[in-house]
Amino acid sequence: MAANPMTQFEVYRIGPEIKVGAFDISFTNASLFMVISSLAILIIFNLGSKKNSILPNKIQLLAELSYSFVSKMISDTAGSKAKPYFSFIFSLFMFVLFCNMFGMIPYTFTVTSHIIVTFILAAFIFIGVTIIGFIKHGFGYLKLFVPSGVPIVLLPLIVVIEIISYLSRPISLSVRLFANMMAGHTMMKVFGGFVVSLGIVGGWLPLSFSVALTGLEILVAFLQAYVFAILTCIYLNDALNLHH
Amino acid sequence: MFKKLFLNSLIANFFFTNKIFAAESGGMPQLDPEFWISQIFWLVLTFGVLYIVLSKLILPKISANLELRKSQIQENIEAAEKQRESSEAKLIEFDGIILKSKIEAKNIFKDAREKVIKNINSKKEILDKQIDDEIKKAEIEIDTLRQSAPEKINKIAVVTSTEILKKLIGAEVNNSSISAIVDDLVKKNRDKYYGH
Repeated sequence: MAANPMTQFEVYRIGPEIKVGAFDISFTNASLFMVISSLAILIIFNLGSKKNSILPNKIQLLAELSYSFVSKMISDTAGSKAKPYFSFIFSLFMFVLFCNMFGMIPYTFTVTSHIIVTFILAAFIFIGVTIIGFIKHGFGYLKLFVPSGVPIVLLPLIVVIEIISYLSRPISLSVRLFANMMAGHTMMKVFGGFVVSLGIVGGWLPLSFSVALTGLEILVAFLQAYVFAILTCIYLNDALNLHH
Repeated sequence: MFKKLFLNSLIANFFFTNKIFAAESGGMPQLDPEFWISQIFWLVLTFGVLYIVLSKLILPKISANLELRKSQIQENIEAAEKQRESSEAKLIEFDGIILKSKIEAKNIFKDAREKVIKNINSKKEILDKQIDDEIKKAEIEIDTLRQSAPEKINKIAVVTSTEILKKLIGAEVNNSSISAIVDDLVKKNRDKYYGH
């Protein structure tokens, strides 16, 4: 691998170039890891739901614990009205989690370290949540930008801030995940490079850092998937239960 | 003038980002739009398939499994509760039976005891009566014996006295005189001889 820590994020074509009209939709390493992550999720959860025994085996337990974990997360943050969106949030959480985790294996590609992927997910969530909000509350959904109990003098300012914060949701959501993944992987690559360049004498310190960072990055990989899912729940909660 | 130039450069940047970032070899590959469309396409495809398969096939199964287990456990708990209640009822019944039989046993014991006591008392009375009768009879016998005793003794005394006198003196002594002496002595010392 090249010494440049950004090389790991390069996307390259696997197989022939596929073009639909003016659009290049070739199969790339990014596509490969999206497919691998999705397949891994489907295989694990298919195995976990096949048999139903009163005492579940390991893979069934894994599937059921994940199910109840996400279900509890949704009901805690968005209430019982968010039940129809359970499948989507579950898929989202699992997809982001598996993409993050597959990225932790050396020489793999991290799908979520690309802003375009996270931005498309975040934009879809943002648009979907906004549509749900307008369907549920009509133009009353705009009351989201007018918090109650605010002095009249401050109201114009608050409304502007609320609108900006609402519109920046997809950006903050996507950049948070993308930047976390990219920074972590870059840092690991940099420390790995130090191990090589300092050699057998001085390489031990960056190596120990690298080991510690791997642990931290696995935590971050889980945490960012969780944060992504829980923020989606919170946005959904705003759309479903208008509190203001 | 400057404004126009700035705007033009912005638009140029927007259209030629590909070339700008490609020229910069050390830049972020994430900002290279060459494969953006491909990534969007494959993201939508894989995530769409994942979502559809999970929501239509897998998640309902897991949910059903969880519900089934929950209801089964609930049923088991209910059955256990029912059995516990029935066993408690049986225990109470059992206690009642034991209490009842205890009381019965006590009553039987009491009755038996009373009967036995009655029996003993009646027998004792009869025995007492018999004993009294015997005693009375014996007393009467003793009395008659006592009544008749002095006469006999007197007779014996008279006979022995005449025999002793005959041996001592060698002569016959009149029986009547001896008996008179004896009678006299008896009269004098009756209490001394036959006193109670």
